[in-house]
Amino acid sequence: MNAPLNMNRRALLKATLVGGAVLAFDARFAFAQAPGEKAIIINAYIRVNPDNSFVIGSKNPEVGQGVITMLPMLIAEELDVDWTQVTAETTIADEKVYGFQVAGGSFTTPMNYMPMRQIGAAARQMFIKAAAARWGVPEDTLTTSGGRVSQTSGSTTAKRSVTYAELAAEAAKIAAPDLKTVPLKDPATFKIIGQSKIGVDTPAIVAGKPLFGIDVKKPGMLHAAIEACPAYGGTLTSFDADAVKALPGIIAVVPLNSGYNPKGPHDAVAIVAESWWVANQARSALKPVWNTEAQKRFSSAAFKASAEAKMAAAPEGSVHKAGDAAKALASAAKTVTARYDYPYIAHATLEPQNCTAHFENGKIEFWAPTQLPADGRKVVSEALGIAPDAITIHMTRIGGGFGRRLMNDYMVQVAQIAKALPGRPIKLIWTRTDDLRHDFFRPGGWHDLKAGLDGEGKLVALADHFITYGKDSKPDTGAAMTATEFPAPMLSDVDLSVSYVESNVPTGYLRAPSSNALAFVFQSFLDEVALAAGTDLPELMRRTLGEARVMKHGNRPGMDGSVPEFNTGRARAVIDKVCQMAGWTGRSGGDAGNGVRKGRGFGFYYSHRGYFAEVVDVTVAKNGKVSVDKVWVAGDVGRQIINPINALHQAQGSVIDGLGQILSGQKIEIRDGAANRTNFHDYPLPRIGDAPADVVVEWVVSDNDTTGLGEPALPPVIPAIANAIFAATGKRIRSLPVVPAELAV
Amino acid sequence: MATELMVNGEKRQVETDPQKPLLWVLREDLDMLGTKFGCGMALCGACTVMIDGQAVRSCTTPVATAAGKQITTIEHVASTPVGKAVSEAWTELDVPQCGYCQAGQIVSATALLAKTPKPTDQQIDSAMSGNICRCATYLRIRKAIKQAAGLEEGAAA
Ligand code: FES
Ligand code: FES
Repeated sequence: MNAPLNMNRRALLKATLVGGAVLAFDARFAFAQAPGEKAIIINAYIRVNPDNSFVIGSKNPEVGQGVITMLPMLIAEELDVDWTQVTAETTIADEKVYGFQVAGGSFTTPMNYMPMRQIGAAARQMFIKAAAARWGVPEDTLTTSGGRVSQTSGSTTAKRSVTYAELAAEAAKIAAPDLKTVPLKDPATFKIIGQSKIGVDTPAIVAGKPLFGIDVKKPGMLHAAIEACPAYGGTLTSFDADAVKALPGIIAVVPLNSGYNPKGPHDAVAIVAESWWVANQARSALKPVWNTEAQKRFSSAAFKASAEAKMAAAPEGSVHKAGDAAKALASAAKTVTARYDYPYIAHATLEPQNCTAHFENGKIEFWAPTQLPADGRKVVSEALGIAPDAITIHMTRIGGGFGRRLMNDYMVQVAQIAKALPGRPIKLIWTRTDDLRHDFFRPGGWHDLKAGLDGEGKLVALADHFITYGKDSKPDTGAAMTATEFPAPMLSDVDLSVSYVESNVPTGYLRAPSSNALAFVFQSFLDEVALAAGTDLPELMRRTLGEARVMKHGNRPGMDGSVPEFNTGRARAVIDKVCQMAGWTGRSGGDAGNGVRKGRGFGFYYSHRGYFAEVVDVTVAKNGKVSVDKVWVAGDVGRQIINPINALHQAQGSVIDGLGQILSGQKIEIRDGAANRTNFHDYPLPRIGDAPADVVVEWVVSDNDTTGLGEPALPPVIPAIANAIFAATGKRIRSLPVVPAELAV
Repeated sequence: MATELMVNGEKRQVETDPQKPLLWVLREDLDMLGTKFGCGMALCGACTVMIDGQAVRSCTTPVATAAGKQITTIEHVASTPVGKAVSEAWTELDVPQCGYCQAGQIVSATALLAKTPKPTDQQIDSAMSGNICRCATYLRIRKAIKQAAGLEEGAAA
């Protein structure tokens, strides 16, 4: 076996990755955990153990989307090792080494499919070069497999082979080849990509191992609970620190400002104790007095009244205008009008927000369940006034993200607490009520829609007055609609306009942001239009999509700056596929006897570069309770499903998540500037009995780039359920969530 | 105040407030972090443990009331043949997504099968109704329970 590399003498390898991100491909120690004593570091993603097993780094946060398995699969494939030789680890958060690290936007796959393969392939080349040098033979006489380099042809007749581990010390000194030109495998020869691999953490999860942010434990650690001003933007007037400190086990009371609410200051008080339970109990003695005068005017009732007034007035701005929608609507053979709305909703990750931080000598170290550590570094740097380099962030496994943990408010909070108590690691945990009241909610919205059909039943004109949350002509975070909202780009006479309702409520991105709401609005409305056109939604979609062509998907660029395209042919293909899977024969539904009604619905949506069409069957009971019996999903995310078992699970999970948004009663109401839900009894999530008997998923494999699956299967199920309820009951769902009593007979 | 607990077959002594929920005694006093906090109000099931064979929400169980009873947590659930079958089915079918709810799910499923070795679909949904999975792994939870119970042929495919 080779001696371990001296860390100070290791080669520094640099290369540029595709997509504009410069990545220091740097053979320095960057993994989350210390390497085994004799492990050799090949590059920032690959360590080789003496027994020829490999630790492969996953650079993005794991929220349950499966990247800790998928990213190492890509590297292992091109490194040409067996999956059984691989263990995976989440790397440290370091944008300088790893580029953009995020669990969001379904970006991990499109942004990393090629780069991670290239990193594996580059390392493989380094092993080949090392063997060629050792044996004094040309590289092209060597092959690899199962973590070995073998000589199978060339001047010597003797076949020989050597493990990567035996070559590792030499390989680590070889300059990395240019990632852009490094040879990659022919996908037909893939042994790992395209094979179902169970999650690398699954055995540890099943055994109850501490993997999550909330499980972090550090020597000398203290625990913090937090009491934040219920009304967003409120300030702290007074609190009873003495009463709290008089309680046994309390270490400190720390008033703080989250500094994160984009709408201004948002005060809170942290209680620090030896036990989180003790700290949280002590909240009852805190008696905080908040100044929330400026927030009192914000309430759901006021928002609704304002939205209705705005709807009746001229729009404040334009999202997209083409041709003359008013004229086309006036001359249309038929018009359809309807109003739709949806509420603020929460993320409700099952692991409540939490974070651990240790401040010492002007530096801070985090163990953070964050979906976007780079933002955490930025906001903490600003809040504490310390350099970004003084912040170390370890990414823990995350008990659900759904976009909530793209916002790093809890990092700012725990940073302030840790700074007040330097030298002691602090773990901050929120309660469920804290979590439901201090979310960055999916913004609600209202739509006043009008569509025009020509004499042939073809959609020819569309107008929407969209009322969303915002101020000074700027939508709140996650509250925008883009010019390319379907079917706007397909029509020559369109008018998408917008007006804004002011709110103090922080908003953010919820799984398939904007799409989760807009799919409901537009695909439900188009079902109404289809009915007026004497047809069903799949057929109206085909008519509207027209022939197969590629359209710019407009101003919704990815985080890598590229603008996704919309391919009408791919849309048609998934629509046709799901209709065939479900045996769709047109509108169907109605009375099934004894007050029970059954119906079938359809929905399509394109988001995050993925094309999804879905059909659902529902049963509506006499009392109006809706159950989803079965769902069919056809999806196109390009030419390669990387990990089929996880792809299926992502799609199924997305569907049931969407089902919850329409049927479980999810709705955040605002009173006096504060959210009013407290726990899962008043903010219900779908339970096992709400899950359909089956969610059948099939992939339409198309010759397009491989894209992500965390989100795009979610949006279409919401209108598909709404349309199925209409088919069953004749009642149109134009407001979320569904109220069962309104469907009772 | 000292409370004597029987956790996973071992006698454990904790010096704590008798009102402190078992969940936080496990996590803070006994350093057993597998049992999870999700709601604190017996609404999500993340904190489920077995007490004398019954699935119980440890977040609302004062530690004093668990004294002298047999407590089984996720760390030890696979020590019985039923728990082992459940854990293996869970791994084979790759039930977890984020994984946060799964300790509670596995303990609830084990308690169900220990009492009802061949549950009906309805019995499964009803026994598991207290366990929320935010990632919605419910289809696989049903399947894994059936596989562990030997109810579904070729379920691992
Ligand atoms: S934490 Fe106990 S049931 Fe949710
Ligand atoms: S696996 Fe994420 S909550 Fe169940």
